[in-house]
Amino acid sequence: MTDTHHKESFWRKYIFSIDHKVIGIQYGIMSLLFLLLGFGLMLVMRWQLAYPDQPLPLLGWRLSPDMYNSFGAMHGTIMIFLGVVPVITGAFGNYLVPLQVGACDMAFPKLNMASFWCYFVGGIVMLSGFLLPGGAASSGWTSYPPLSVVATTGQTVWLIGMVFLITSSLLGSSNIIVTIVQLRAPGLTWMRLPFFIWAQFVTAFLLLLAFPPLEAAAIFQLMDRLAGTSFFMPSGLIVGGAATDWAGGGSPLLWQHLFWFLAHPEVYVLILPALGTVGEIIANNTRRPLWGYKSLVYSVIFLGFMSFIVWAHHMFLTGMGQTMSMFFSVTTMIISVPSVVILSCLFISLWGGSIRFNTPMLFALSFLPMFGLGGLTGLPLGLPLSDIALHDTYYVISHFHYVVAPGTIFAIFAGIYYWFPKVTGKKLNEVLGKTHFLFSFIFMNGIFFPMLIQGLAGVSRRLADGGQSYAHAQHVIHYNEFMSMSAWLLGLAQLPFILNIILTLIKKKDKVADPNPWNSTTLEWACPSPPIGHGNFEKEPVVYRGPYEYSVPGHKTDFSPQSEKLGEK
Amino acid sequence: MTEFLQSYMPILASEMGHLGDNLSGLVHWLMLVLFIGWGTFFIYTLIRFRSSNNPKANYHGITSHYSSYVEVGVVVFEALLLISFAIPGYATVKYDKALEETQIEVRVIAQQFAWNIHYPGADGKFGTTKISLVDEETNPIGLDRNGYGADDITTINQLHLPVDKLIKLYISSKDVIHGFALPEMRLKQDAIPGMQVPIYFTPTITSKDFLVKLEGTAREGMGYEIACAQLCGNSHYRMKGYMTIHTEKEYKDWLVEEAEYLDAEGEDDWDDEW
Amino acid sequence: MEIPYNEELRPDTGLYNAKLGIWLFLASEVMLFGGLFSAYIMLRLSDPNWASYGQDALNVPLATLNTTVLITSSITMVMSWVSLKLNDVKKYKLYMGLTLLCSFGFLIIKYIEYSSKFSHGLFPSTNNFLAVYFVLTGLHMLHVIGGIVVNGYFFGPGLKMWNTEPERFTNRIEVAGLYWHFVDLVWIFLFPALYLL
Ligand code: HEA
Ligand code: HEA
Ligand code: CUA
Ligand SMILES: [Cu+2]
Repeated sequence: MTDTHHKESFWRKYIFSIDHKVIGIQYGIMSLLFLLLGFGLMLVMRWQLAYPDQPLPLLGWRLSPDMYNSFGAMHGTIMIFLGVVPVITGAFGNYLVPLQVGACDMAFPKLNMASFWCYFVGGIVMLSGFLLPGGAASSGWTSYPPLSVVATTGQTVWLIGMVFLITSSLLGSSNIIVTIVQLRAPGLTWMRLPFFIWAQFVTAFLLLLAFPPLEAAAIFQLMDRLAGTSFFMPSGLIVGGAATDWAGGGSPLLWQHLFWFLAHPEVYVLILPALGTVGEIIANNTRRPLWGYKSLVYSVIFLGFMSFIVWAHHMFLTGMGQTMSMFFSVTTMIISVPSVVILSCLFISLWGGSIRFNTPMLFALSFLPMFGLGGLTGLPLGLPLSDIALHDTYYVISHFHYVVAPGTIFAIFAGIYYWFPKVTGKKLNEVLGKTHFLFSFIFMNGIFFPMLIQGLAGVSRRLADGGQSYAHAQHVIHYNEFMSMSAWLLGLAQLPFILNIILTLIKKKDKVADPNPWNSTTLEWACPSPPIGHGNFEKEPVVYRGPYEYSVPGHKTDFSPQSEKLGEK
Repeated sequence: MTEFLQSYMPILASEMGHLGDNLSGLVHWLMLVLFIGWGTFFIYTLIRFRSSNNPKANYHGITSHYSSYVEVGVVVFEALLLISFAIPGYATVKYDKALEETQIEVRVIAQQFAWNIHYPGADGKFGTTKISLVDEETNPIGLDRNGYGADDITTINQLHLPVDKLIKLYISSKDVIHGFALPEMRLKQDAIPGMQVPIYFTPTITSKDFLVKLEGTAREGMGYEIACAQLCGNSHYRMKGYMTIHTEKEYKDWLVEEAEYLDAEGEDDWDDEW
Repeated sequence: MEIPYNEELRPDTGLYNAKLGIWLFLASEVMLFGGLFSAYIMLRLSDPNWASYGQDALNVPLATLNTTVLITSSITMVMSWVSLKLNDVKKYKLYMGLTLLCSFGFLIIKYIEYSSKFSHGLFPSTNNFLAVYFVLTGLHMLHVIGGIVVNGYFFGPGLKMWNTEPERFTNRIEVAGLYWHFVDLVWIFLFPALYLL
């Protein structure tokens, strides 16, 4: 691409950069800030849940029910579309995929830059909703019509932001696929790819193929809102006592089908790269190969396929026919099997290892039972009969937060601690890291475990007062205070993390930084840390073996890097 | 397990509700076994294979196939659950019952933020509803008082039903999507505008008995309620209705009382208008 | 290091990067139009009043003409690529020019159709058939405009590349052509689905 000796302007180098590493860092910073914002919104909401109708401390105002709804919808949207997905595919994917396949950049650097800027614009557009009269979108992250169609302008902005984010994802994901298919280093055959690459590969396909139907749906909803069409508006609507202007004849369920056709694969977008990250870290810190590499790969591919035909398990209670419900219930049970396989392989990988408990490993290890708990609670939801009692209760909230918060977020933390030396050449502090881990682990469970019980009691989600006025919530409503306390303490527990990052960044670099501080085998560690300039590797790497050749019998060191020639060392 | 879960759930008060609870119990057994099983393995390996205890890792690791047996076990158990509990159970709950079997039919029309209840009245037939007749003050569902609608009874947020009868509710909505939920009956159905979905249940405990059971709990004195499960706007959190389960006799009395009330009101309205 | 396989084929996959890229992009486009078409089918099947929505008000002859225009443009697009393969830039310019002309022709005919609908008071909000009609053809039209921008670039300023990297430029035309055929194909589905069935 560009010549490394050529002097690049500041703009070209840091702002409109086409270097995958800079773009990855841009993605990382933006999305971590968004995560923090999404969490911040939730910290405010948790006050309202614990102490309904009392003014917020310090701020002094009361979170009104419409603001509660708006914060809730934006928490979900920000966390998923602006936080986790951009971290895990935008930042991790961009930074690591070319390095791990031994490429000098992404296949289409300019599109890569466009992808980041679409994300940026989409994020800003979506946030601008907070400034509009009526506030940001308030119909939940699911935006079910007719509610979303009759909602305030914030919804329009949400939809436009969504179109930008979809474009960004399409550009990013096709880039990742082409990079993996076309730019693999010589010798890096499919079955020698790190598990992380496989996870990113399948994820990219999910993004590529599942997002467009949501784009279609977003366009329909924009038309319903702006041009007065009735794609989602049935005949004979009476809102607020007056007949509406819509011609009618549309179907509210059409939106749900199009939305969940995206949103179910989307949840695997949240989890697969997390599983990939955890796999890397586990192999590295047990000092032995991942157990059942092939089963892992096939399971991930199978998960990818299946995730396109389970979407309606979110719609069991819409009055779908029995046959439909049963079909989706069966596919849902089927999709849980590869997840069981993946988790089993990761557990068994620990056996016989020599386990180092450093911070990345602690996060990666705790990911396993947390994702396990989240996944297991998905099972009763997947059977329409037991879902009747649990649908739209806090049981669902608990289910998916266990998979995304102590699940994916922990995997993200693990990845950040693990790859920080790659990006900056400096290791994060272990004491601060372990403090961060310990308290995060405790408080995450403090928030989400009581939700399971509240859910069993039948407390609905999205209630601005946490359900305190309902009779059936009376014996579990007092958990809210405990859960909110845990959430705020979880917030405090992030301070060591942020501090750690700042302190490490301003710390002076070692003169001779070890390019491979974890003694890892995969290709990203075969170039200097951080990689020099635009182009990554000093000379094109050649791959001689599989990704996790740790503790090979007869080998001098306990790791054999992929790019090391046999008999060299 | 079912009893354990039920100890956190609202008291079960419908005939078919145990189907779902039992299934839930069985699934939670599976979950517990997997969690405890793998959890034990996990903790044990972490302790045994910590680097200070096992400085040299074993390249080959486990060679036995017991994890495959676990996976097959999960598949078999899930298949069993589906075939013998989930599918037949759901079919029982959702099966469209013949009119003779159902003894009471009531329409529920949700709106922001109330539950309109519509009884067919003495003739057992629902009157027609028209958008043009809707008046939020006097006639929120737009019921046509001519024809079958003459004796229909409508209430707001008050669902009255007899105990031990198979009841068919038609769930629909006037504006946005709501979620009709009766936690004690293990009943839930989205109320979707443009659709009218039938659901069935047989209440087994009258409100009076129910209140007796609640004595001494945190819920003392708070009877059955209709909850809204689906986000439907700003006041979603307080869209609450009340349900009273009567003995058969009380129910009849209530109907008569409402009909008399309707007659009086009806005359009144008529006079005013003309 | 240079990014490899921009023009030469990667031996084990038999592709150059942009070709794989465009196929992936088209796959996602298939999903987009797949979503739109399934929405159309679902709305149509679930609406008892559909027959009264005036599908016959559409101008079939004009649309048939438009179909021919678009198919022609697809053919000239192939010809322009073939001309490059044969090293004949003059011919390339001719065929690319014709492609662009046809694309504009398509837009003009579409404009006539749209404005006659509007003048008869038929808007997207009138009923769901018209809503589907306008949204689907509108999105297709956006794709046509996108194609015009790309092809226009290769017709004008983008042609520079032919002097330095002819191979790569030819690939670009092939990729642009694949996109253009897709846009054509979408219309071939839209035409019967909206006008005839
Ligand atoms: C990353 C995200 C993610 C993941 C991975 C999953 C995974 C699964 N989900 Fe979940 N789900 C969501 C995110 C996710 N979900 C979200 C966001 C919602 C709500 C959306 C909304 O309404 O707002 C939701 C809602 C949701 C519903 C709808 C509920 C309702 O609204 O009524 C259903 C129903 O079937 C469901 C099922 C499942 C199933 C069966 C899995 C399976 O894939 C899980 C398979 C995993 C396992 C079976 C675990 C295996 C465990 C072991 C092997 C043992 C472990 C041992 C130890 C831990 C020691 N999910
Ligand atoms: C990826 C998705 C994701 C994640 C990670 C989270 C994380 C959290 N969520 Fe959220 N949540 C959703 C997705 C997510 N949520 C969705 C989709 C809904 C449904 C919305 C709807 O109803 O429509 C929901 C709803 C929801 C509710 C229910 C609201 C209701 O129904 O009324 C609650 C209640 O407590 C909640 C709480 C939390 C908490 C306490 C966390 C915590 O775990 C947060 C933890 C976060 C962090 C620990 C931040 C880490 C980041 C940093 C520390 C950044 C550092 C920065 C720099 C270095 C620059 N969430
Ligand atoms: Cu009605 Cu929520
Ligand atoms: Cu799902």
